[in-house]
Amino acid sequence: MREQTRPVSAWLVFGTQLALTVGFLVAWELGVRWHAADPKYGIDPFFFSSPSQIAATIVTWWQHGYVINDVLVTMWETVLGLVIGGLIGIVLGIVLASNRFLGAVFEPLLVLLNSIPRVTLVPLFILWFGFSLMSKVVSAIVLVLFVVFFATYAGIKDVDPTLIASARVLGAKRIDVVRHVLFPSALTWIFASLRSAVGFALIGAVVAEYFGASAGVGYRIQYSEAQLNTGGVFGGLAILMVLVTVVDTFIRFVQRRLIVWKPAD
Amino acid sequence: MTSSGPPPIIAFRGVTKTFESGYVALHGVDFAIAAERFVALVGPSGCGKSTILSLAAGLDRPSDGTVSVRGTPVDGITDGVGFLFQRDALLPWKTVRDNVLLPLQLRGAGSADARRRAAEWIGRVGLRGFEASFPHQLSGGMRKRAALAQTLVYDPEILLMDEPFSALDVQTRNLMEAELLGLWQGSRKTVIFVTHDLEEAIALADEVLVMTAGPGRIKSRYDVPLPRPRDFEQVRFDPRFTELYSKMWNDLRDEVLESYARANAAG
Repeated sequence: MREQTRPVSAWLVFGTQLALTVGFLVAWELGVRWHAADPKYGIDPFFFSSPSQIAATIVTWWQHGYVINDVLVTMWETVLGLVIGGLIGIVLGIVLASNRFLGAVFEPLLVLLNSIPRVTLVPLFILWFGFSLMSKVVSAIVLVLFVVFFATYAGIKDVDPTLIASARVLGAKRIDVVRHVLFPSALTWIFASLRSAVGFALIGAVVAEYFGASAGVGYRIQYSEAQLNTGGVFGGLAILMVLVTVVDTFIRFVQRRLIVWKPAD
Repeated sequence: MTSSGPPPIIAFRGVTKTFESGYVALHGVDFAIAAERFVALVGPSGCGKSTILSLAAGLDRPSDGTVSVRGTPVDGITDGVGFLFQRDALLPWKTVRDNVLLPLQLRGAGSADARRRAAEWIGRVGLRGFEASFPHQLSGGMRKRAALAQTLVYDPEILLMDEPFSALDVQTRNLMEAELLGLWQGSRKTVIFVTHDLEEAIALADEVLVMTAGPGRIKSRYDVPLPRPRDFEQVRFDPRFTELYSKMWNDLRDEVLESYARANAAG
């Protein structure tokens, strides 16, 4: 507990992060070069690849048009999973939170289902839906659905009862209460869950690609692995990292603009 | 129980309310309110004052007895009733304009007419220029004004007010009380105003009902003989005001002490 907490300089943070990353990559590269000079020491690129090798792999992929294609395929699966899973989650959340009987019956079941490690279901989805787009989208849906459902459910349960009473006196029927009170209240929670929902959609899509696909970032990683091409594995992971960072930055940008009525605290 | 005169607009007959928890909020409440009267309901905290308003609005049902409005037992939300809550009840995701428009939309008013009426009421409560503000951008007093506009815009015949100004600072509160009287005067609306503040009750009302500590009953009833329109600043110095105050306080004191003792025993 210090008397004064001075704000941390954003530039200092960024500079340190950059230095750490560059330092890590340089050490990795030097370790591999050292191994090349004397195989008793350093880092064996067969197991760990090297930054230059990874970069070369990505450049080759780029030249073949794989990078753009993989990213587009993965994004399309992610978007479909997010939209469909999100809609199911929102509708389920509204219905189960506004009907006490249905809520009492199904909410514990959903908690139970949510405890299933989804990755174990992916081979089943591939069995049911083939190597098609469908198995990837379903895999994303079963992750997104729960995140959005629990956010919607909590958001509606969180509504101040005074607001509902007030709306009813003002003339709101049941459906008006949902539209003017419950849904807008849940919307803040849904938006707040958007970041993790997008992350889960992406994970769902990539994992399903990893299990069986003909394109996509997850497929590229799995394919390289099968070829014992560690550079390709790391290259795929690097592309995934950039993709997640870009998407996450975009979501945060959207989030700040969506909820205008919240006090800026 | 009822005085002679016009038939009551609101009548409680032997009303008992027991909550699911087993708590008895009201026990054998009997009273009737004549149309166009401003009635204050005072009592210690926890005496079921708010429950009476919920029952009159149709937000809740009595466990026993009947609540009738305009001679008909209440079933569902009562028609033509406005409710001002103690807590903020404006929808935080709607602007002042949209909040005031809401009851008109819900009642299916044409949009041009609704907009005109909403704008008029926003002006009458002194919020012109704040139409596009969200509730969190307004002060407590301004939020109360907006809530008042939201309620009065659809011209309800009955106004139920649950300690609406208790969260405000004293100056804002007095200002709002004076404005409420100004808006009510000549509006021919019936008001039930719940408060635990005797001064507020006497200054505003035609009639004051004093309740017992929970389970609440009506303990006594007073007419307020002060002429209208009342000068809100001066009325507190009227000898009739002080006389009434001391009589009512005599009634209320025992109930407050009892409710206080119970709260301590429970706490």
